[in-house]
Amino acid sequence: MNTLELNALYKSYGAHCALDNVSLSVPSGSRTVIVGPSGSGKTTLLRMIAGFEFPDSGHLSLNGQTLVDGTHEVPAHQRLIGYVPQDGALFPHMTVAANIGFGLATKGPEKQQRVAELMDSVALDAKMAARWPHELSGGQQQRVALARALAQQPRLMLLDEPFSALDTGLRAAMRKMVARLLEDAGVTTILVTHDQSEALSFADQLAVMRHGRLVQSGHPLDLYRYPEDEQTALFLGDAVVMPARIEAGWAHCDLGRIPVNNHRNNNSAQIMLRPEQLQLASILPSDPEASGCRAVVTDRDFSGNTCTLTVELQPLTRNEQSGRSLLVRSSGMYAPPAGSSVQVSTIGHAHVLSEM
Amino acid sequence: MIGLSVLVSLLALLPIAYVIGVSLQTGWSTVVALVFRPRVGELLVNTVLLVLLTIPLCVALGVTLAWLTERTNLPGRRWWSLLATAPLAVPAFVHSYAWVSLVPPIHGLFAGVLVSVIAYFPFLYLPVAATLRRLDPAIEDVAESMGLKPWKVFFRVVLPQLRLAICGGALLVGLHLLAEYGLYAMIRFDTFTTAIFDQFKSTFNGAAAHMLASVLALCCLAMLTAESAARGSARYARVGSGSAREQRVVYLKPVSTLLSLTLQIVTCALALGVPLITLGKWLIAGGVEVWDMAELLPALEQTLLLGIAGAALTTCAAIPIAWLSIRYPGRMQRVLESCNYITSSLPGIIVALALVTVTIHYARPIYQTTFTVLLAYLLMFLPRALVSLRAGIAQAPVELENMARSLGRSPARALWLITLRLAAPGAAAGAALVFLAITNELTATLLLAPNGTRTLATGFWALTSEIDYAAAAPYALLMVVLSLPLTGLLYHQSKKTAGR
Repeated sequence: MNTLELNALYKSYGAHCALDNVSLSVPSGSRTVIVGPSGSGKTTLLRMIAGFEFPDSGHLSLNGQTLVDGTHEVPAHQRLIGYVPQDGALFPHMTVAANIGFGLATKGPEKQQRVAELMDSVALDAKMAARWPHELSGGQQQRVALARALAQQPRLMLLDEPFSALDTGLRAAMRKMVARLLEDAGVTTILVTHDQSEALSFADQLAVMRHGRLVQSGHPLDLYRYPEDEQTALFLGDAVVMPARIEAGWAHCDLGRIPVNNHRNNNSAQIMLRPEQLQLASILPSDPEASGCRAVVTDRDFSGNTCTLTVELQPLTRNEQSGRSLLVRSSGMYAPPAGSSVQVSTIGHAHVLSEM
Repeated sequence: MIGLSVLVSLLALLPIAYVIGVSLQTGWSTVVALVFRPRVGELLVNTVLLVLLTIPLCVALGVTLAWLTERTNLPGRRWWSLLATAPLAVPAFVHSYAWVSLVPPIHGLFAGVLVSVIAYFPFLYLPVAATLRRLDPAIEDVAESMGLKPWKVFFRVVLPQLRLAICGGALLVGLHLLAEYGLYAMIRFDTFTTAIFDQFKSTFNGAAAHMLASVLALCCLAMLTAESAARGSARYARVGSGSAREQRVVYLKPVSTLLSLTLQIVTCALALGVPLITLGKWLIAGGVEVWDMAELLPALEQTLLLGIAGAALTTCAAIPIAWLSIRYPGRMQRVLESCNYITSSLPGIIVALALVTVTIHYARPIYQTTFTVLLAYLLMFLPRALVSLRAGIAQAPVELENMARSLGRSPARALWLITLRLAAPGAAAGAALVFLAITNELTATLLLAPNGTRTLATGFWALTSEIDYAAAAPYALLMVVLSLPLTGLLYHQSKKTAGR
């Protein structure tokens, strides 16, 4: 069952179109991540779901209840949707306990009990209850903001880049904690981020936005492997994109003959391979009979467990000046220096990009 | 909100409509004859000189004192901060009463500027000090890390952030300069307002006075435009994550400490010493006879009642306009705000006569009632509440209001629980300023109050007009005493930042 349904949302600020025909279904209990470069409209979309902004047209419903359509709009305070902004936005004139208890309808010991439970659930020490927001670290402020949003047992949780202000180590830990916490609570969650690795690791469902449009959505694995177009492919990670001639399930390209996953009857198309699909093996210059594609390493970027190599394919025909340059990810165990001759082979299928 | 602020602004337009209406009735040729004459030029020069000399001096003094008390280790800076607020407790016309009785020959432009700076610099000190306290120290750290010397950090980073406070304060001082009557009448310095007053005394409803008032209204419009241009549309709420850290303190060298202390002492001597010594002198000279309780107590009670009711009404009326001007700044909002500023810059007598005319013709039941007096206070003192409230609301980012709404609070509740709570120091400061203004208000009260109303200010003025300086002293003392705790409250509220 779908919790949230967005249908053909439009929003413009003057001449600038912030959202252009955005439709998305968010399944119950899922973690959906909306990812896109800054200015792509993802925050506008999130604020619209929260009820801080209203679309020019379109339809938005939650658990079957219409939140926005042509005739009426449910205001933010009647939506029961939790929201955690980038900087936490804690009320500076309230203690941690008062911040967390803000959304609770109960009073007295019952409320204290609930606040204590919530603090415990986000791994905040009970001693923190009497602290003021300015006495907390960034990570602690985010935990308080999360506990505050969870207090009213929201039907949906919205997270607006909540980890971007945290340092790298803390960010991963917080992300895991938040994912587990929300899963245990069974709360459907939407996260907005511009960080593709965060998006891929957090999401059950990933939606990519660009220029106010939702360009593709689906499972992160599918989006990473089978992006619709080159921009999406490059946004989600490094990619090798090259022209090819497609024939009967095979792509003929500079790397030779590679099987393709999708049989489009395009005679010529762009294909995409992830760098980790390319494999290198050393060849001796004296061995002219080596099979596969020959290349020369032009740059080596060694970073411990992985090594990113730039290789230049040797021209297949003599009259070409120089071949195509490729990015290859190799394990740290194999790190040939620049100038080495290597043989390039591929694993798995190449993905055929749709023509744009 | 929009409806409410439009309503308040329309109400504020009443006196303007009155001035324009009277001008139209007068006829163009009479208008030209009354406006373009040497007397008007003379008054214009006086008023412009007064404004141009007083405002920069107030800004320099206010910012210097605020910086010294907020950002340095000046000995006793808490006390100096309190003392810099204290001159507000002395009504402007009591300041000039003190100077005139201390140095009888004092008069003219020099005296006008001197007494004005002394009486009005706290209007700059208070908002500047409050803003200095709330600035994000990280911004200064960053500037310093880029190799700026401390004084350059102040001029390039701190001062620009004080712009809203300085503009607001300077405007307030400027409006007072244009509207004040008692201060300048006593030291025989002619401004538009004193001239209008004299005209009214001689010809109760004469066209000449209305024409002078129109020129004054134009002056006010020019000042508003200047302030609006200087203020700009920048965002003043703190941008960034989390909450701000504590402010750093600058350690003064012994020489700087000595100079700073001298400045503080001289300011206090002029702004507090002179009025207190004069009052003391008259009270001792007058002895027990001047304490006529049958006259004093009712006057005190009247003043308190009018002050509290007026402050509450004015602050509430300022909320919609202040909120809109921060959340949705735009041309429409500027126009609404300007309506209130223009009206409050008109002398109290214009506002009062406008209300007299309107109530006689269109609202007979409220003519000469307390309600009409309160309405006049609202029209005259709204900017006081507005400036403080606006600065307070600017400290509460809209995100916090949104958060409260997403946690199930209605927009009105969110405004009340979050924005107004955070703006409370600003609102309280504004309400206190309005109360102070009402305790010192003279002309509108005289004209509009129901028969038999006698406040401390009108009592004081009646006695000084008879040159009975000794009998007036108890009224002045009571006004000062009444304003003191409130000034203390103002000081305390501005000290207290959100949640500390």
